[in-house]
Amino acid sequence: MALKIVINKLSFNYASIQVLKEIEFTIGAGEILSIVGPNGSGKSTLLRCINRILKTRQNTVLIDGKDINKLNLKELSKIMGYVPQSSVCTFPFTVFDVVLMGRKPYIHWSLSERDYEIVAETLDFLGIKELAMRHFNELSGGEQQKVIIARALAQEPQVLLLDEPTSSLDIKHQLEILLILQYLAQSRHCTVIMALHDLNLASRFSDRILMLKKGCIFAAGTPEIVLTEDNIAAVYGIKARVTNSVVDKPQITPLMPESTSIKQWKTPLSVTAKTEAIV
Amino acid sequence: MSSIAELKQLYGRGKKRKILALLAISFAIAVAAIVSISLGAGSPRFNEAMQVILVKLFPSLGIDSGSAITQIIIWNLRLPRVILAIIAGAGLAASGATMQGVLRNPLVSSYILGISAAAGFGAALAIVFGLGVIDGYGHYLVIANAFFFSVLAMVLVFFIARIRAMTSETVILAGVAVGYFFSAMLSLIQYFAPEHQAVRAVVFWLMGGLNTANWESVQVVFPIVLVAIILMIFQSWNINVLSMGEDVATSLGVNSKRVLTVTMVLETLATAAIIAFTGVIGFICLISPHISRMLIGSDHRFLIPCSALVGSCLLLCADTVGRLVLQPTELPVGIVTSLLGVPFFIYILLSKRRQSWR
Repeated sequence: MALKIVINKLSFNYASIQVLKEIEFTIGAGEILSIVGPNGSGKSTLLRCINRILKTRQNTVLIDGKDINKLNLKELSKIMGYVPQSSVCTFPFTVFDVVLMGRKPYIHWSLSERDYEIVAETLDFLGIKELAMRHFNELSGGEQQKVIIARALAQEPQVLLLDEPTSSLDIKHQLEILLILQYLAQSRHCTVIMALHDLNLASRFSDRILMLKKGCIFAAGTPEIVLTEDNIAAVYGIKARVTNSVVDKPQITPLMPESTSIKQWKTPLSVTAKTEAIV
Repeated sequence: MSSIAELKQLYGRGKKRKILALLAISFAIAVAAIVSISLGAGSPRFNEAMQVILVKLFPSLGIDSGSAITQIIIWNLRLPRVILAIIAGAGLAASGATMQGVLRNPLVSSYILGISAAAGFGAALAIVFGLGVIDGYGHYLVIANAFFFSVLAMVLVFFIARIRAMTSETVILAGVAVGYFFSAMLSLIQYFAPEHQAVRAVVFWLMGGLNTANWESVQVVFPIVLVAIILMIFQSWNINVLSMGEDVATSLGVNSKRVLTVTMVLETLATAAIIAFTGVIGFICLISPHISRMLIGSDHRFLIPCSALVGSCLLLCADTVGRLVLQPTELPVGIVTSLLGVPFFIYILLSKRRQSWR
């Protein structure tokens, strides 16, 4: 099912601080959109607005032309799955219990055949079947992240929102998680919107990138258009070199901050002398 | 497809174990109740006790009903007391489990909203000054006051928390603040109380006890607690989802503020109804959920009933012990729950490999 999301002049304030200003973009079914930008640029806030965790004005987030403020939370939860930046579980729940929570929008009291089926399928799909009866809190960060993605998938969503899905994961888990998302987008036409810090991962796995600076869209488009040396310098304040990677995508090598408040860096260490030469 | 069957089997096995645990605790409560009824001052023996109960329940059987004094001890004193202990334990423990789950905090008890201090203040107002919210006197005034001020505390917490946002942090902080306010007011009353007798009575009330239990209190408390526990159990899925955080709950279609408000109201009604009659009985509502989590895990569909049963069992045992150890006087049940509960609790904490919260 093709599902189009339109963000229309979305602004958001926390108390008196404006976090998002007039954000506008459109994303179609099966696309992967990465939101990049420095800390505090509004990436997480944007995701939370799209998922109505934060409430925005009428007609700012439209799914297939429908204002999300007019859907009730349950209807919305059958369309969108959300993977937060970090997950803590205060009390002991098994992996099965946690993934089952993704079925909440469909469950009344006891479990249906379909609930078992979806949970089993999802665990199998993510390769974490043997963890089913383990306790969530006893898993490694990478395993936990897969469980949380499994929970979001158990919602049978058409849109997946992920907040830094790869932060604090080792390089193999990072790759696995993003390949899973790519598979979901391509074969299940799931729309993926994620906040990412790693520009190289964003470059490789996104169809389009949204670059935020202080709550405004600074650049938007394909990785080639957005991830340029000039844009990176303007948004992050660093000198970087962009080359073509082996997978034919822009590859970013960060070199030096343009200016910094940390004193030692102003006198380059011997290790950075080579970098200095490139700059 | 085999993996579905496999998973179902694994999960089914866990579920069966949980149900077995619930049945086992229920059985323990039944045994404790029978023992408790047959022991105590004036000591009618076991078969006499059962005889009285049978006669009262089935008068048509024509069994010899024994002496009048035995009848009074069993039917008017011990039986309502045992039943009230079961109801009160269940209500306090289920409230504790619900609040710990909703507020995602293992230190929370059902008194987190300042209820105990508020109830104490209300009771003291009635005991010391004879002032209250109803036009009555003595016993009834204390009950009505304790109940009224508990509910008032919850309402205050609700409105204070709502100013910022109804989140677990604001509710807990507002609860602590309101609790301190009422306990200061309570101290003020005790400080200015004109007579020592009254202060003593207030202190006694605060320790909590089931010695005033009668059929009347059972009749009032039972329906309130029963309905509250059933409605709490209805919230199980919402509470499960909330334990992963308010954002996640929202993204799973659960209105966390509404769940928080509903459970706060249920918890307050149950707890207030109980402590209005029994005084403040501590500890049960804190440890029963923990014991239950160690027994059957954190799925609130099972945790809330299990916690209720564990609470019943603990309170009944504690009250029986309190009634018997220092015969002919009694030890207030609040003291017994803590004295017996703390070492027991520390024991299970240390002996259990898996942490049941973090």
